Parts: sequence; structure tokens; C-alpha cells
Amino acid sequence: MTITTGSSQFLQLYSCSRWRIIWAASLLLLGLSGIVFLSLTKGSVALTSEEIMAAALRQGSDVNQTIFWDLRLPRVLAALIVGAALGLSGALLQGMLRNGLASPFLLGISAGAGLMVVLMVGLNLLQVWVPFGAWLGAVMTTLLVYMLARTGTTLSIERLILGGVAFSSLFGAIQSLLLLNSPDGQFQAALNWLIGSLNGRGWAEVTIAGPSVLVAAIVGCLLARQVNVLCLGDDLAMGLGTSLVRSRCLIGAVATLLAAGAVSIAGLVGFVGLIVPHGVRLLVGTDYRLVLPFSTLAGAFVLAGADLLARLGPVELPVGGVTAILGAPMFIWLLYRRRVLGGQ
Amino acid sequence: MPLDVQRLTGGYGDRAIIEAIDLTLRHGEWLSLLGANGSGKSTLLRLMSRILKPQVGTVLLDGRDIHQLSPTAVAKRLALLPQQQILPEGLTVDQLVSLGRSPHQPWWQWDLDAVGREQVEKALYWTEIEHYRDRLVTTLSGGERQRAFLALALAQDPKVLLLDEPTTFLDLNYQLQLLQLLKRLNQERQLSIITVLHDINLAARYSDRLALLRQGKLWAVGPPLEMLQPQILADVFEIQAVIIETPIGPQICPLSASTAAPPIPSTASM
Repeated sequence: MTITTGSSQFLQLYSCSRWRIIWAASLLLLGLSGIVFLSLTKGSVALTSEEIMAAALRQGSDVNQTIFWDLRLPRVLAALIVGAALGLSGALLQGMLRNGLASPFLLGISAGAGLMVVLMVGLNLLQVWVPFGAWLGAVMTTLLVYMLARTGTTLSIERLILGGVAFSSLFGAIQSLLLLNSPDGQFQAALNWLIGSLNGRGWAEVTIAGPSVLVAAIVGCLLARQVNVLCLGDDLAMGLGTSLVRSRCLIGAVATLLAAGAVSIAGLVGFVGLIVPHGVRLLVGTDYRLVLPFSTLAGAFVLAGADLLARLGPVELPVGGVTAILGAPMFIWLLYRRRVLGGQ
Repeated sequence: MPLDVQRLTGGYGDRAIIEAIDLTLRHGEWLSLLGANGSGKSTLLRLMSRILKPQVGTVLLDGRDIHQLSPTAVAKRLALLPQQQILPEGLTVDQLVSLGRSPHQPWWQWDLDAVGREQVEKALYWTEIEHYRDRLVTTLSGGERQRAFLALALAQDPKVLLLDEPTTFLDLNYQLQLLQLLKRLNQERQLSIITVLHDINLAARYSDRLALLRQGKLWAVGPPLEMLQPQILADVFEIQAVIIETPIGPQICPLSASTAAPPIPSTASM
């Protein structure tokens, strides 16, 4: 085999160098800081960096302090948590299921959470508990999918995916029927959840879901080598001493807790969990020891950016709408880039 | 004995593919499993490597039931190279081979320790692929790829190595290179090896003993010289063959299939 020296061929033949990774990490962290800074300063009331600094130190005008502490900081934190959770959850599932189409919502999470939200909103039941209801719906549906997928002592990828599709269709259908028969006001309220929004999210959401997402994110990143081994195929992974059922349950549980945490804060924000891992792999290769932490950071970056866009327009949009509208063309572009780089 | 199979019956679901097999792998021995398609060679290999659970019988690894041991305890002593590998996109040879240390690492540990690094270096050295450790696995040729996966198995530091048709998809040169490499590991490092091979001549040339399977049963087992007999080949493979003595030992020359092929329609009748 001849090794040509063209830069793209060089990239194909050799994995990402240390420098490329350091460069990518620095760029991502820089971008993240930039987005956080912009999110804190921009809005219906623009604040200068001095005003932000003063407000952060609990100095300056009361209005500025309220804007910083009670409105923008919790919202940007919520965006970072939701984005990081979705990015990591998507990367874990794509690795575990060896399927680039996997997203955090593949295993029925969105349908379960959505159905619970529509039920609670539609029946006017315990509306304050809607975030918890969404979390519970997400976790319970994934449990059902896992129980359906398990046959004897095995847990096959195909059955997991098909189970997820089956429950998603069923719960999606029930949800649509309930929505069609609900009064306009409730329909709007439920829709806001189903599209996904960070509007009005405050410290309550951040402090309830934040810690569980943080713990799940640390455990998730530590599972990187397991995901790498699973990517080698069932037989080889088993030959390397991996218990397929145990590792698929563990990775699935962490991914579900992450996604459910995100859903309980912001509702069903689509596309972040699907696209972010693809972009990250293009940047740092497919070693999940890099893909997982990078997906966490990139997810946070993307969602904070999308939320900034969502609230900068004349009318505030739900962030889920922005990720969906920007996400699909992004995905097409990534596919195109991959073809160009892959030469296939 | 490194690996001892006792009255082993097993398969998929309730269906038994292999039945009542007794087979022992001796220390430092190379044993090849031969048989026609569907005779149960791969199933036997999967049973011996703990991937499948037997319906009846036991597999003893160093005298202990393989299913009483944890998967990692087995993987520290026994490595398996399946017939077909999923090519990990974007992984380098070094990263791939490093995954062979998985059974020796706790689940949360990301990187290799000093012992692990040393074993990976040895595996790369033995398989002679040190010079392309930084290449992506997907860019390797078939032969290089097979060496990289062999290095992954060797990084496990196994005493027993099971290989399912390691030479399929390789051209003759690569086939010989790979088998010579295995022979060296077998002789110099006392690695006990079981291979499933399709090529009877290559199996006879490199293995110490051949185990012939027919319809899920062990038909005969013994050194190549005893196994390569016209009658045994007719029974197991349903072929007519002559055995030729060559400087590299007995080799077979197949003459025809025993089962009569359907007659070719004559052109006149068409």
C-alpha cells in the first residue's frame, strides 16, 4: 500500500494526532466560554461585561443582579446541562448499539416522556410534577424496552432497537389521539413540552436534575473503554471478557438517566443527541475515550448556542424548534463531509 | 490440560448442533478442527470459548469449569479470534491491540498500566506490525488486518488461543505467513492453539493433531498422518482423494465428490 502525502489522505491513514485533539479541545472550550458569555450579556436587556462582572459579585443595580442570578445564569446552566446530557447520551447509545442512527430517544425515551406529559397536562393532573412525570415516563419506557429485548440470557441490539421503535409508535399514537381531543390551551402547553424549550427554566430545574446528570456523565465517560470493546462485535467483545447483558444494561441505564434528566428540564429537544456525536467523530476519530467527553462538551456548546439563537429573535422560539430546523441541514452537511473525507 | 471438553452437547436454543464430544487440548499443542460445512466446528469453538452455554457436559479450562469462572477470568487465559470481525472505523492498530488488555483492567480504567503497555508492545512485535501501529485498521490489507486482530488476542496474554477460520479471505501468501507466525508462537511461546480450518492440507501441515467432525459428532482425532486416510476423508468430507507423501508431510489430492452430481443435460436435448 502506498502512502500519499496529500493532507486528506494523511488524515485518512493516520488517526488524529495529539495536537489535533488539543486543538479541538481548546477550540471547543473557547467556543463554550464565548457562548456562555454571550448568553449572559445578550437579551432584551443588553448588559456589558463590566455590568455582568458586577452583578456576579452581587454589586451594581438590583435589576442587573436579578437578570444575572435569577434569569440568565440558571437558564444558561440549564442549557449546558441539557446539551451535555443529550450529547453524551447519544454518543453512548450510538457506540453501544453500533448504529449511527441511534439518538437518546431511540429506546422509547421521548415517547414515554411525551405520553406522560400529555396525560398530566391533558387530564390536569399534578402539573407541578410534569418534569418528574416526564423523567418517570422516560425511565419506565426504557425499562419496558429492555424487558422486551431480553431473551433468556442474551440482550440483542436488534431487539433493543425494534423494541424502542415499537413502544415509540404505540405511545406516540396514544399521545397524538389525546392531543387531538384536548382543548386549545392544554394543547399549547403540552406542545411546548413536546418541542422542547428552556423558556423560564430556573434554579429549581437545575438543582433537581443537575446533580443526577453530573453523576451519570462522570460514570458515562468512564464507560468509554467498554463502548470501544462493544464496537468490536459481540463475539470478540465476549472473548475479551465482556458480559454483553451487563454492559448493555449499564450503558443503557446511564444513557437513559442522562436523557431523562435532560427531558425533565427542557422537554423533548431533538437532534442534539443524534448529530453531536457524528460531528465529534469527524473531529477526533472513533476512540470513545475521546468521543464521550467531547460529545459532552459539544452537546453543551450546541444547545447553549441554539438557546441563544432561540431567544435573540423578535419572538422567542422554543430551543427544540431551533435544534430541529438547524439540525437536519447540519446532519446532511456532516454526511456530505464524511463522504468527502472518507472518499467513498 | 489447558482445555478439556467432556461429553459436550450444545447449540442454539434447544437445538443441539454438536453432540457428546470428548476432546482434550494438550499443553503447547496445535489442534485443528476439520469437517464439512455445518458439521459444528464453529459451534464447538464458541462453546469452548464460553460464548455459548452447553446443554450437557462441561468445558474445563486448566481443570476448572469455564462457566464457573467469570468472563474476565476466562479471557485472561483464553483468547478467541472469531471468523468475521467488525472493522472498528477510526481506531488505530495500537488502539485496537490495546483493547486486548480489557480483561486485565477494571471497567473504569481508561489507559494501560506498565504491564499492559509491555504486553501490547510484545504483541505488536510478535505479529511484526510495530511499524504500522499508528495506521487506521480500516486502511490495512486483509493480511495485515488479520495480524492486527491476532495481536489483539495476544495482548490478552492467553495460554490458549482459539481461531475460527483465520485464513479465510487471505491469499495464499498471507495464509502461509499467518500460519507460520502461529507455528512460531506455538513452538516458542508454548501457546496452545485450536483452529478451525477449511484447508485440509494446511491443517495437516501445521497442526499436531486433527479432530474431524461429522454431523456434530467427533468422528476421529489423531496426528495428520493417521487422519489423512482415503476412507476417513470419504466418511467426513464425502470426497474421493489420494494421499501424497511430500517433504512437508502427507497432503491430499481430491479427485471427486463421493455424492454423485446430477448429470449434465446434453446439448442435443436442449
